[in-house]
Amino acid sequence: MADQEKKLVGMAGLFDTPDALIDAASEVHRAGWDKWDCHTPYPVHGLDQAMGVRRSIIPTICLTAGFVGAAVAMLMQWWMSAVDYPVRIGGKPLFSWPAFVPITFEFFVLFAGLTVMGCVIFFCRLGRWHSPLHDSGIMQEVTSSRYAVVLGTDGARFSRETAADLLEKSGCRDIRPVFELEEVKDGSLL
Amino acid sequence: MSRSGSLAVSEPLVEGSVDLARLDGDINRPLESFPTGRWWICISITSILSLYFLVCFVYTIAFGIGTWGNNNPVGWGWAITNFVFWIGIGHAGTLISAILFLLRQRWRTAIARFAEAMTVFAVICALQFPLIHTGRPWLAYWLLPLPNANDIWVNFRSPLLWDVVAVSTYGTISFLFWYTGLLPDLATVRDRAKHGLRKAVYGILSLGWNGSNRAWSHYEKAYLLFAGLSTPLVLSVHSVVSFDFATAVIPGWHTTIFPPYFVAGAIFSGFAMVATLIIIMRKMFHLEHVVTKNHLDVMNRIVIATSLMVGYAYAVEFFIAWYGGVAYERFVFINRALGPYAWAYWTMVSCNVIFPQLFWFRKIRRNVMLIYPIVILVNVGMWFERFVIVVTSLHRDFLPSSWDMFSATWVDIGLFVGSIGLFLTLLLLFCRFLPTVSVAETKAVLPGSQPGRHGGENDDAAGQGEGTEIAGSAAGAGGSHG
Repeated sequence: MADQEKKLVGMAGLFDTPDALIDAASEVHRAGWDKWDCHTPYPVHGLDQAMGVRRSIIPTICLTAGFVGAAVAMLMQWWMSAVDYPVRIGGKPLFSWPAFVPITFEFFVLFAGLTVMGCVIFFCRLGRWHSPLHDSGIMQEVTSSRYAVVLGTDGARFSRETAADLLEKSGCRDIRPVFELEEVKDGSLL
Repeated sequence: MSRSGSLAVSEPLVEGSVDLARLDGDINRPLESFPTGRWWICISITSILSLYFLVCFVYTIAFGIGTWGNNNPVGWGWAITNFVFWIGIGHAGTLISAILFLLRQRWRTAIARFAEAMTVFAVICALQFPLIHTGRPWLAYWLLPLPNANDIWVNFRSPLLWDVVAVSTYGTISFLFWYTGLLPDLATVRDRAKHGLRKAVYGILSLGWNGSNRAWSHYEKAYLLFAGLSTPLVLSVHSVVSFDFATAVIPGWHTTIFPPYFVAGAIFSGFAMVATLIIIMRKMFHLEHVVTKNHLDVMNRIVIATSLMVGYAYAVEFFIAWYGGVAYERFVFINRALGPYAWAYWTMVSCNVIFPQLFWFRKIRRNVMLIYPIVILVNVGMWFERFVIVVTSLHRDFLPSSWDMFSATWVDIGLFVGSIGLFLTLLLLFCRFLPTVSVAETKAVLPGSQPGRHGGENDDAAGQGEGTEIAGSAAGAGGSHG
């Protein structure tokens, strides 16, 4: 298959050690590349700092969802037991809140947990069937034992040549182009 | 705790020299090769038992709860015993995956996935029993606060309703936690797949995971949050289960010790079950170098610790029954130890408190042939604990004229044995189709897998405490829990 028939969307550099990966990531981060990522078989320590990745906001969302869940539970129990159909049980007040605490707690956890799962799917950009990277053959090495730096090349300043130069400068010996698929042309690389 | 932490840190977590790619092969072998004869034999037996469960299920629904041994004073028989038993089994899975994760106990890596799967399957088994006990399982949605023709709502003051919410939340969160942990490993399986169908199935299951570090960054935070949410959840679930008993007025149930006592018992029985199953699993799939004797050793230490807690609870219950001076309470406990169900009580005490003391000896803790009978006895003992709580408290209550004995029928036995079959069938399918050890997490603790020059300063984030230096100082593991 000739290269010119398919659209180039990125350049991937593969590394064999985590140290080499971190060096390369720092190099790319310093160069100010706009669209790029590292791909590793497991979380590598210190890579977030080297890449300049900001802290995840999932904890804040999770906590908010938890409190929403707790509020929903308490309000639901109050409305159902004391307002909509009041039933006096065991001589207790209609809004006997201590008895409502276990369910309130469980709703906190349930809402927070479901939200975290939603966040994982959204922020990790999961739920995609195809991407140029998945079909490039690089994934097979990355999910097993190698480390990749992938540079997107669809911006004006970021061409195939500058990407290759940058990867070479950062010590990469195994540089491969990543092409868009014939059948799915959504243009997203990462 | 710090001893087990330092033990696991000072000895290698994976034995022998293993590189990343070989680990993929080792752990994924059961998924990628045709099942062995042993696997077929096992699943045939367990499937037959599961079918028997179905038979007893249908029989109960067709002819009613009267087919069980339940009678007038003993309104809760084996079904509730089995329910509490299975929920308890599940708790070790969450303990291993969540609490030990938060405590940075790196040795958990090799057994966490398996234990989480066990949790999910145990909750599935547990849910069957209240479901059948309703008599009309197709009306189980009546337990939810749904608008209905009578305009009435469920009673939120009832511990039975708390239980519905707690157990279903627990099942949901355990499943999500397990599935989140599986994502990177499913991607590995997808990328190793040769066959198109296989690639498609694991491709869908892995949701397109691509190992991106921006994704890992979010993923690790999310995993930490799941651990953080599961920890109080697991403590709450068995506490709520114990409220089913503790909020009743029956002597022997109406005690404040129940929540912590149930939680300790759950962890105890769960660890015994993990050991029971993982000993077979590591042998069957040749994973002795991944799930090592160190892992068994550390688990056995937890067994003995929780055994002592359970033993303490037995003693305190007795003491308070005497010290509290309530005649009915005192009678129930003397009746447990010396009455017609004394055999059950003493089976419980010897299996749960006496035999586990053998784990004080290092040689026994590390000898698979000796561990095995002890953990089996613990499983038996913990089932009897629930039987003792449920049946002995009910069979002789306040009114001697209503006293009666409980004897199980073939349907009771069939449902319990069948649920074991269901549990093992699910577990065997899991071993066959999903990675039984967390490959990504194990890779992260292999020597040389973390950058040597950059690793030290960022031990704070999720999971990053896992193995900066395997054989190095215990500061990371030891420091966080003193």
